[in-house]
Amino acid sequence: MQPAPQQPESMDELLRGIWRENPVFVAVLGMCPTLAVTGTTLNAIAMGLCTLFVLFFSMMFISALRNLIPKEVRIASYIVIIATFVTIVDYAVQAISMDIYKALGAYIQLIVANCILLGRAESHAAKNGVWTSALNATGVGLGFTLALTCIGAVREILGSGSLLGVPLFGSNFQPWLIMALPPGAFFALAGWLILFAWYRERRERKAAEAGAPVHAR
Amino acid sequence: MNTPTQNTLAVRTTTSSVTLVVVLGLIALISGLLIVLAYVLTKPTIDAFHKKELEEAVASVVPGAAKIKTFVVTNHGMVPAEQANENGYHVYVGYAADGTLKGVAAEAAGQGYADMIRLLYGYSPECQCITGIRIVSMRETPGFGDKMYTDEAFNANFKALDTRLAADGAGLANDINTVKHGTKKQPWQVDAISGATVSSKGVGRALNDSASKVVPEINKHLNELREAL
Repeated sequence: MQPAPQQPESMDELLRGIWRENPVFVAVLGMCPTLAVTGTTLNAIAMGLCTLFVLFFSMMFISALRNLIPKEVRIASYIVIIATFVTIVDYAVQAISMDIYKALGAYIQLIVANCILLGRAESHAAKNGVWTSALNATGVGLGFTLALTCIGAVREILGSGSLLGVPLFGSNFQPWLIMALPPGAFFALAGWLILFAWYRERRERKAAEAGAPVHAR
Repeated sequence: MNTPTQNTLAVRTTTSSVTLVVVLGLIALISGLLIVLAYVLTKPTIDAFHKKELEEAVASVVPGAAKIKTFVVTNHGMVPAEQANENGYHVYVGYAADGTLKGVAAEAAGQGYADMIRLLYGYSPECQCITGIRIVSMRETPGFGDKMYTDEAFNANFKALDTRLAADGAGLANDINTVKHGTKKQPWQVDAISGATVSSKGVGRALNDSASKVVPEINKHLNELREAL
């Protein structure tokens, strides 16, 4: 990391996960919930927030204990910590809304197997302080929520003609059912990935044309 | 714990097994405490949700039900749930505010197009018919099978679906069967949703399986149930 003033540095820690290193659109991680629970925007947001919660607390926890955990048992420790917060979020969602809990089904428990979490734990929280880890986890969690919401919105608008349950078109609208069905998740994700890849390529080309050194990711 | 056999590994100082056990134990302890805390904090809310959900569901299939009492149907008759010490299936008996029996709700499940369709239905001993259904869970195709929630013509089937008992009281006089859309002729037939015949048949089969078992039991114990509240 380059030496930089304290404020922009931590801001960058947060923003990086949302945009430049978005876990879904750039790193293409966590595909299981991305494809499975983005049928409606509300489900997508709920899933994103659950993951954000687990990320935030487990990364802080792991970061706080990073000097205590021996290398030999680090993976086991991370999984236990992550699983703890997944269980807590599972209870919390049940207490907040049974409807959302039913819609998300087993995917709440499956957060524990989301590779974004273990990836963050191993590559970030295990090496950085609590404050930095919390910021980084928040950024990645928000980035994940944003990505799921984008996919969910596309699928809901095309697949059911509504957004957040509010009908957008008249009764003549013929929903494009495939978008609400599992294959729709692949189409919507592919569309967003193309958009992100195109945007990145264009920015890099512009930077090259301007003669500036390309800032490699 | 494995002892490092390669020299490259031995370069790093290995942690003693005791440390590993202590650290893992400590983490597990903290985790356990956190989970118990979350469980205790959320349990009352979750239980209240379940109770409310059940009451709403029963009230929606048993018109006029204001109070609900749960019974367990065992091999030795019907027992109030709080006194039951035998396994069996649950039925939810709905009473009006003045205590008169309005109907009984029971659970049913049938194979649909994609997965089991689970539903709750209400039975009225007065008209000897099913008075309403409520889908509890299903994974039918969006746009086709899930019309069972919204299709008014389909739901009208269950306003008064005939479930009279056969003369010997051991089963239904007529099996509930699902017929092609627009061909319903008898009060015990279910008119399928056009384009979702398999899902509709799943619902019909679920009702038939459950009602042919539950309705005779209810009628056998009708007087007990009337006075149970």
